Amino acid sequence: MPNVRRLFDFIVGPLTGLTMLAAIYMVFVYVPTDKFQGIVQRIFYFHVPAAIITFVAFGLVAVASAMFLWQGTRFWDRLAHSAAECGMLFCTIVLITGPIWARPIWGTWWTWDARLTTTLILWLIYAAYLMLREFSASGDQAARYAAVLGIVGVIDIPIINRSVYWWRTIHPAVLITRQGGTGLTDPRMRATLLVSFIAFAFLLSWLIWIRNESARLQDEADQLQQHLLTGHD
Amino acid sequence: MIALLWKDLLIEFRTKETLASLLMLGLLTLLILSFAFDPMSELRGEAAPAVLWVAVIFAGVLGINRSFLTERDNECMQGLLLAPVDRGTIYLAKVAGNILFMVVAQAVIVPIFVLFFNLSQSLLVLMRLVPILLLGLTGFAAVGTLFAAVSVRTRAREVMLPLLLLPLAVPVLIAGVKASTRILAGKPLADVSQWLHLLIGFDALFLVVGWMVFEYAVEE
Repeated sequence: MPNVRRLFDFIVGPLTGLTMLAAIYMVFVYVPTDKFQGIVQRIFYFHVPAAIITFVAFGLVAVASAMFLWQGTRFWDRLAHSAAECGMLFCTIVLITGPIWARPIWGTWWTWDARLTTTLILWLIYAAYLMLREFSASGDQAARYAAVLGIVGVIDIPIINRSVYWWRTIHPAVLITRQGGTGLTDPRMRATLLVSFIAFAFLLSWLIWIRNESARLQDEADQLQQHLLTGHD
Repeated sequence: MIALLWKDLLIEFRTKETLASLLMLGLLTLLILSFAFDPMSELRGEAAPAVLWVAVIFAGVLGINRSFLTERDNECMQGLLLAPVDRGTIYLAKVAGNILFMVVAQAVIVPIFVLFFNLSQSLLVLMRLVPILLLGLTGFAAVGTLFAAVSVRTRAREVMLPLLLLPLAVPVLIAGVKASTRILAGKPLADVSQWLHLLIGFDALFLVVGWMVFEYAVEE
């Protein structure tokens, strides 16, 4: 593990800071303002990477959950827990930045578009996931229950997406296409989006690492406490 | 599996607790929602299927929760787990029991629903609701039974099941409401085949998943 620690402390951490600064600079200064949407369009460079990162994080929860049920090691459980918390963070960012953009562009904070609805349901499922962890009696039990939900949740997401999509497309939706004609025509826009995405990817791995480390220390502290109280493991 | 199912049915037959509470809650939901959507207004055609499904879901959550609460008393769950059967079999028996209870409750709730909302469709049209309800209940029970086993052993167990189950059961609810609306509008079953396929897929998928992971949900 010391090598991994060095990798994160000296490479991933600083890179997260640097790419994030670069992304902020590009979003606010470098990238040209969108001709049709105006200044609000810039939120897009945070909104879209956050959305993609949310899916990556929740995918990681499912993989780690399956590995935990298979191997039963604390490592996979900690990873699933950390990824779920970070995924919730990015999912919340998506749900906050979306309406800020939608209000001036679509004229409404919220519409029951398939993607919006799916994201909201996703948020609810993983909120329940974190609550389930909190409300379980023992750490071991919490880990198993959460793993079950982590797996079932990820299997359910495509079905939810499909049903919500049909639900809204039978009645014509307010707006289905998101970018439509105002796609990223300028190469500087694509560059900004790419840098933003890289920054968010680093941020996710950095956050998961920190969260994972604190969970590991918590585990160790619990074991020590157990050891001191009972005199044996 | 039959023995396990029979055990639950026998307990229910003797106490009638689950069925009675399922029925009452279903009826009360119908009543409350009749106040929310005026059953005499023009809108009732739109609102009726939604009301029916909300009643189904509320009663369902309660019934599924009960199916494991009873096992919790007197450590019955321990006994069940000690029985020389596969955990997956226990799961399937529980799902079958839950479906049965809900079907019996629906057999009373749906006719009353038809009366309350003055639905003038012919019996033939109403019969077409049956497969949709059955498929919907199966999917709901498949996911619900798995998470009832989980939530019953957490703190705040009454709240935990709906929190876990409702977002996961969104496809069932959407498919159920959409298909029922079209059926009540007089469309044939073939017209809602898309939703029926979705329900069948959901049911099959989660019965298999539940059967596979149930052992992790009940392990001590």
